Amino acid sequence: MTDLASSSFVRHDLVNERPAPVKTTGFIGWARTRLFNSPTNILLTILGALLLWFTIVPSVKFLMVDAVWSGNDRTACLAENAGFAVGACWPYIQAKLPQLIYGFYPEAERWRVNLTFVLAAVLLVPMLMPRLPAKGLNAGLFFFALPVVAFFLLRGGGISGFGLSWTAGLLELFDDSIIGAGNVLLNLSKTSAIAPLLWVIGNLILLVGTAIHWLVFPLIWLRDQIQGSGQSVWADFAITTAVVSLIAFVLGGGLRTGWRALAASIATFVAIAIVIKLMGLDHGGLPIVLTNLWGGLLVTLVVSVTGIVTSLPIGIALALGRRSTIPLIRIFSIAFIEFWRGVPLITVLFFATYMLPLFLPGNFTVDGLVRALIGIALFTGAYQAENVRGGLAAIPRGQGEAAAALGLSWWKTTSLIVLPQALRHVIPNLVNSFISLFKDTSLVSIVALFDLLGSLRASFSDPKWSTPSTAFTGFAFAGIIYFIFCFGMSRYSLFVEHRLNAHRRN
Amino acid sequence: MSDPIVKISGLNKWYGEFHVLRDIDLEVRKGERIVICGPSGSGKSTLIRCINALEEFQEGEIVVDGIELGPNLKHIDAVRREVGMVFQSFNLFPHLTVLDNCTLAPIWVRNIPKRDAEATAMKFLERVKIPHQANKFPGQMSGGQQQRVAIARALTMNPKVMLFDEPTSALDPEMVKEVLDTMVDLAEEGMTMLVVTHEMGFAREVANRVVFMDAGQIIEANTPNEFFASPQHARTKLFLSQILR
Repeated sequence: MTDLASSSFVRHDLVNERPAPVKTTGFIGWARTRLFNSPTNILLTILGALLLWFTIVPSVKFLMVDAVWSGNDRTACLAENAGFAVGACWPYIQAKLPQLIYGFYPEAERWRVNLTFVLAAVLLVPMLMPRLPAKGLNAGLFFFALPVVAFFLLRGGGISGFGLSWTAGLLELFDDSIIGAGNVLLNLSKTSAIAPLLWVIGNLILLVGTAIHWLVFPLIWLRDQIQGSGQSVWADFAITTAVVSLIAFVLGGGLRTGWRALAASIATFVAIAIVIKLMGLDHGGLPIVLTNLWGGLLVTLVVSVTGIVTSLPIGIALALGRRSTIPLIRIFSIAFIEFWRGVPLITVLFFATYMLPLFLPGNFTVDGLVRALIGIALFTGAYQAENVRGGLAAIPRGQGEAAAALGLSWWKTTSLIVLPQALRHVIPNLVNSFISLFKDTSLVSIVALFDLLGSLRASFSDPKWSTPSTAFTGFAFAGIIYFIFCFGMSRYSLFVEHRLNAHRRN
Repeated sequence: MSDPIVKISGLNKWYGEFHVLRDIDLEVRKGERIVICGPSGSGKSTLIRCINALEEFQEGEIVVDGIELGPNLKHIDAVRREVGMVFQSFNLFPHLTVLDNCTLAPIWVRNIPKRDAEATAMKFLERVKIPHQANKFPGQMSGGQQQRVAIARALTMNPKVMLFDEPTSALDPEMVKEVLDTMVDLAEEGMTMLVVTHEMGFAREVANRVVFMDAGQIIEANTPNEFFASPQHARTKLFLSQILR
């Protein structure tokens, strides 16, 4: 070996590939190398085992071994009747299950909630499976059709008009507010020191308002004619279909390539018509169930799903805005994000519920649940914006430059190159926020909305089921439900992460 | 020779107070191959990045294929469609397969149907000799293969001019040759090329003109024979003595 002459070496036979050696020899080898290979590890192993012993064993004892599984009221869950120290009182959960799922939703109408759950599951599950086809249609139905259908299913009620009436109504409202502002200024000008200026501005605004009034007058006239006729919804629907389909046809390329767009538009409207007919929306729809009767898991799911689905686009828009080169957009995004991040969610909910109505015009009310939804969406959106920004910052500048050099516009570069990579980087953070949002929905109980936790606490006050272990059972049950949803999201995010990062594996 | 396809006149650029490009005048005719060399920090990359508006400039004018570059975004887009670029660090899109990398721009910029775009992309991947890797991700390939994909990606847009920004500087020595061979093939087909590189062998073999830059200005421009045999300026002589040993 020490011979100097041997330092020259030429390999004649290349070494062939060999399988890797077997790393461990059974459980004992594994335990020796991983659990008991040093004094510190032996100590840690013993501590871990003790920790498991003191947590798992009592939980299993409380939830399964000592639990009471059947009974009609509190007496079944008392130690003197059961003959042993009672753990979980499951008949209580069984009796309160409807309340925990539906809240005070009228019993006769609960099929509507079930149907909504089924529809959501039928659309969501195939969307989460990458193998299945028609992702575009599926996503369209889930994100756009389902919310509308769920609204009319859960809340009930019908429609008295369609696109035309809504447009006319919006324009009328817009015009009225302009004329109102003009009149206010004119009134002020009678007393103010800068009267002539206010008078001129007021009259100018009035002039604009009047001009708009005459511009939209034909539309409003048409709306009134339709409302006067017997079949207002369907007449309006036909006109809207015709107008929108024509626009789709022209934008799609006219006679040359517009036929596909036209067919898609008409198919969409036919589907809408079927839904309207099926749910009877043209004559009143289902009986109205006001949102203050909603409760339990229903509210938890409605709030969290809406929050999750709306906060991500808000977050993406704000994150892009924060990196914009246009000062106004950048400053707005920064101010918005910092404001919402600087305020606790409880404050946001209080503000949305109790103070917002004070700022809105007199006869303009927004449903309590919707107010909480908006508050939560904006709040989570601000957090998601910072998550997304982290992902955007991780994309090398060369990516954008390469896309630009190929002639891609800013929008296409962002949506095809930058965002897909940025979002993949931050899937763990995004899902982290989703999970935290799911649990934060329990805060809505402080603004008089009864979510799962709120309904649970309401059920504690029932004397029929008041036993020493009622509260523990209830919280254990709620904990299990929350855990199932959060753990599901967590595992699914791992799956998506693994799948989308295929390009990073060699 | 024909009219210039790239015409740069009186170009000046500053980064803040730093004067990076000074009075650059350069005309590139159709089919011409120009190699730009010079010490690092001399503004070579900045110059060719100005040609497809990745960098903006403060004075002078650049006309590419009759389109004047300026603040007008429409003109910038029009120029970028005609000018292909290959970067030092490849800048392939890591989340897309090789084939998708090559079809993205034709589909989204030129509105070519997906099937046609894929056929074209495969044609160019064959030309750079990696058609069998079309469904791999860039991260699964060697640097030389990635750079050849980057060349194919630029070619799928049928550019009139190709810019190369130190295309071999980030490569292992073993892989430099495969990329240079691809570029030589391209030159032989008559592509107009502006190449920033330190590969003097490539300059000798392929270039019509070698442009030497230092401190943001063009010091000397000549045919490769003249440039290497009898450099005129003292700075050029120094540079050549240092890189040619």
